[in-house]
Amino acid sequence: MSELSSSPPLLQVDDLIVRYPVKKGLLQPRKHVHAVNGVSFTVRRGETLALVGESGCGKTTVGRSIMRLVRPSSGAIRVDGIDVASLSRRQLKPYRRKIQMVFQDPYASLNPRMTAGEIIGEPLGNFGIAHGADRESRIMSLLERVGLGRSHFHRYPHEFSGGQRQRLGIARALAVEPSLIVGDEPLSALDVSVQAQIVNLLDHLQQEFGLSYLFIAHDLAVVQQISHRVAVMYLGRIVEIGETADIFRAPIHPYTQALLAAVPLPDPRKRRTIEPLRGEVPSPISPPSGCAFHPRCPLAEDRCRREVPRAQEFQAGHFAACHVMARNNQYAALQPVTA
Amino acid sequence: MSSTRIMISSDPVPAQASAAASRGRKIARWMLRNPRIAFGAALFGIILLLTLLAPLLSPYDPLQMNPMNRLKPPSSEHLLGTDALGRDVFTRTLYGGRASLMVGFSVAIAATFIGLCIGLVSGYFRAVDNVLMLVMSGLMSIPGILLAIAMTTLSKASVTTVILAIVVPEVPRTARLVRSIVLTIREQPYVDAAIVTGSSVPRILFRHILPNTAAPLTVQATFICASAIIVEAYLSFLGAGTPPEVPSWGNLIAEARNFIRLAFWILLYPGLLLGLTVLSVNLLGDGLRDLLDPRLARQMKARS
Repeated sequence: MSELSSSPPLLQVDDLIVRYPVKKGLLQPRKHVHAVNGVSFTVRRGETLALVGESGCGKTTVGRSIMRLVRPSSGAIRVDGIDVASLSRRQLKPYRRKIQMVFQDPYASLNPRMTAGEIIGEPLGNFGIAHGADRESRIMSLLERVGLGRSHFHRYPHEFSGGQRQRLGIARALAVEPSLIVGDEPLSALDVSVQAQIVNLLDHLQQEFGLSYLFIAHDLAVVQQISHRVAVMYLGRIVEIGETADIFRAPIHPYTQALLAAVPLPDPRKRRTIEPLRGEVPSPISPPSGCAFHPRCPLAEDRCRREVPRAQEFQAGHFAACHVMARNNQYAALQPVTA
Repeated sequence: MSSTRIMISSDPVPAQASAAASRGRKIARWMLRNPRIAFGAALFGIILLLTLLAPLLSPYDPLQMNPMNRLKPPSSEHLLGTDALGRDVFTRTLYGGRASLMVGFSVAIAATFIGLCIGLVSGYFRAVDNVLMLVMSGLMSIPGILLAIAMTTLSKASVTTVILAIVVPEVPRTARLVRSIVLTIREQPYVDAAIVTGSSVPRILFRHILPNTAAPLTVQATFICASAIIVEAYLSFLGAGTPPEVPSWGNLIAEARNFIRLAFWILLYPGLLLGLTVLSVNLLGDGLRDLLDPRLARQMKARS
């Protein structure tokens, strides 16, 4: 882990903000959804960072803006030091070889009118990586690498099972030999047994190619298994980020604590110490003042309603944004705040 | 059934014969399951053949006048009789079909192609969408007949003018259809995947989006073809369509109406063929719609 942190980050997201205009009535003022509201994190080479949170918290939007399927309203997305947040479509092309994506829905993310070979071959053709027989042999080896066979080359997506389709999606992402793969809930549409297979595949590929993953998920059990670090998002902001072991052993933010408490325990005799979360995620069109979590937070006090908390380091590499917890923070008292 | 199979297998060339027989049986079964397509296509095919083979089927020239033989009823010499100028009605009806079908095909192809291009651009590029759709709404608000009358008045009456006049109001309908398809398909994750894997805009449009328009456009094209044949007929009937020297079903009917009490056959046969043609194309279109686009078919059924 220490050698990972010493190398410069592959991906550095800095104060990313994504707003969507919301159309209301003719005379009403224009409103925005703040899907992502100032998110910063880094992904290092060979590392898996999991981005977790409830649906609607903006984690998918973060992934889509890194892929530049969404144009960020402001902020920087640095890949190997180059800011891609404001590049034009043409300027983006070389960058697309470095970062690829695996989609949530293995059914809808494959063109039903293209064969497996055509789907995997498309990026090879787009980037002029390989032609003719060379392309074919590359496609074959990609198919084999993700656990499919040569016989699948001429099959159409509807002839594959869900897990096989997701393998196809992974092979397509691998075709351009990227450094980072963004997985937008790549497991959530799959059966549990198939999930395990795909997790193993992703793990193998990471070791083989030194890939980095940004793994967007809401299943904490999977996250704990595959990620090196975890970032917890709530309503467009990261509330806590740190090493997976630290977060699962000693979560700091009340929201993270509640999330972890919601994971079912395998032992029915064990009892919860933390109450489950009440209420719904507030609307991102008019997020609560101060700390966005305060209406649902058991620890909320006056200050939480007024001031947005800043991230503080509670342990080496373990940050959280919470006023109440920050008061008892021993670590921050010793060191100057860095993030 | 079983006895024929045994006979086939004992044939000296069993493999080919049985393959051909099973293919024939397959086609027959398919036609039974899609009677509208089969009937529409057969009827349309016959009419098309009749008009294309007109010079072989008739010894007369469609424009050759013969004043001695005016308004003759059907006879062995003139199968469907003659018109007011002694021209053979059978010949003129077949040749008239050429003009009408030509207009139908040309309009269907032109309107589909232009509408496809506009719809693709409008659906994919948000920047031009508003302007293009405004223009389309403007075109839709022009009554087709008035446009045709204006165009034939301003320029010389010709088949091209008629085609143009019918294409213009048809284009917006196709463009809107294509646009709505593009708008739904562009949200598909596989289009996102294509963007992420570095596909160019033309590639996304033609490889990933365009194929989805093929089925609905085919259906739309048949309906446009049918309506173009009708519109050509009533434009010609009003004198704003195909020029009189080119026989078409429309102007045959227009000329015939003056003599309906003396010689009904001059009007009957072009009218009959016109009706049968439109019927066959519409049957074909209906059948194709149910076959290619089950969702649209369900919507149409729910609406009616």
